[in-house]
Amino acid sequence: MSPLAVSVLKVLACLGLMLANGVVMIWMLRKVLGHLHLRYGPLEMGPSGILQTTMDVLKLLTKEDVMPGAADKALFWLAPLAVFVPSLAAYAALPFSSTLRATSLDTGLLYTFAALSFVPLGILMAGWASGNKWSLLGGMRAAGQQIAYEVPLLLSVLPIVMLTGTTDLGRLVEAQSGVWAGFLPRWFIFDPLLWPTFLVFVVAALIESNQTPFDMSEAESELVAGFATEYSAMKFGLLFLSEFSNHFIISALAVTLFFGGWLLPWVPEGVSASLAPVTFILKTYVGIFVMMWIRGTFPRVRIDTLMELGWKRLIPISLALVVVMGIVIKAMPALARVVG
Amino acid sequence: MHTAALDHLTLAAFIVVGALFVPVAVLASNLLAPSKPSAKKAASYECGVEPVGPPWVQFRIGYYVYALLFVVFDIETVFLYPWAVAFNAMGVFVLVEMLLFIAILALGLAYAWKEGALTWR
Repeated sequence: MSPLAVSVLKVLACLGLMLANGVVMIWMLRKVLGHLHLRYGPLEMGPSGILQTTMDVLKLLTKEDVMPGAADKALFWLAPLAVFVPSLAAYAALPFSSTLRATSLDTGLLYTFAALSFVPLGILMAGWASGNKWSLLGGMRAAGQQIAYEVPLLLSVLPIVMLTGTTDLGRLVEAQSGVWAGFLPRWFIFDPLLWPTFLVFVVAALIESNQTPFDMSEAESELVAGFATEYSAMKFGLLFLSEFSNHFIISALAVTLFFGGWLLPWVPEGVSASLAPVTFILKTYVGIFVMMWIRGTFPRVRIDTLMELGWKRLIPISLALVVVMGIVIKAMPALARVVG
Repeated sequence: MHTAALDHLTLAAFIVVGALFVPVAVLASNLLAPSKPSAKKAASYECGVEPVGPPWVQFRIGYYVYALLFVVFDIETVFLYPWAVAFNAMGVFVLVEMLLFIAILALGLAYAWKEGALTWR
């Protein structure tokens, strides 16, 4: 096969995964939130309502695509594109196993963050182009909070890069292979030195993905549907597909960085290797479940407390963590290597 | 083909396929869906009330200050990444250098903090 055909097939595989993720995650969100609220969630379509989102996709496909009169027409069209393309491109570096990945970029970690950082641009575009006050407010809030938390998110994973000396996502997972003290997997989450790092990462990642309790950009009780208020039919569908897909990416990054990626501990090497993609996706879905759990549990925070938490707490803390990790590696290499 | 070249081809394919998928999906939906535009339907949604004034309202200046600070800190973070990758391979002097770099930035952050740029008003 020609290299071009291989590349396109890889992209189509990622696109398929992205669409499947969207369908599964939206159903899962409704089910999980339903049970957290002591409701059933979707029930009618198929067993346990499993076909609910499929029906929703069909509905979105046959809904009228309303173009608001006050909208900036060109930008209104471009915004779903600006949200969707980086969201799809973020799949490029994810390591589903040591060999199964679209690209093996040396800069995979930075690349994925870069792809995700395009999202606020598209959301701001959607909010601005809609010609609606709710949309504009939602878009501005989204851009404000995402740029505020991009810095702590990027800084928070630096200690891991310092320990391993790589930003290749595959090699980051390989650095976590083996067990420590006979039974504990050498995942970075079990390294006490990295626990503060993990906390900063989780908060910044939740905010970066616009997840409740940090969903100020949609805040349906204040802003109707935020940046998506004026969107309907497939354009709306694509905006939300991208958003759910970004939750998958964020969770997959957490799995790669802290939970040993595709590695399965306590089983023979061959079993772990053959189950690698399944392990990776299951771990990612556990992460997504936790995000939904948080979503169903915590009340939304206020925008002023959110912005001040980012700039006044998380950025100084993550800078300090980089300094502490640097000093530990240089002054007490034994301590850094015991677990790292 | 070289691996790196192949990777870059794949990245380009990601952008092209993504950019094609969006118009195809939207056009497919437009073909299937009815279209009966009307003035009422095209009005901005403000919970049923007639929209008052232009939609592009003035928003707070604070967003600009945050955006400026973001550019500074984001670029700083990009500088820190290659440093972190090479960190293990080099001696103590890289740590001292970066401590100086971070100290200068921390001073800048402290100044912005003192001036009230970090407070959401």
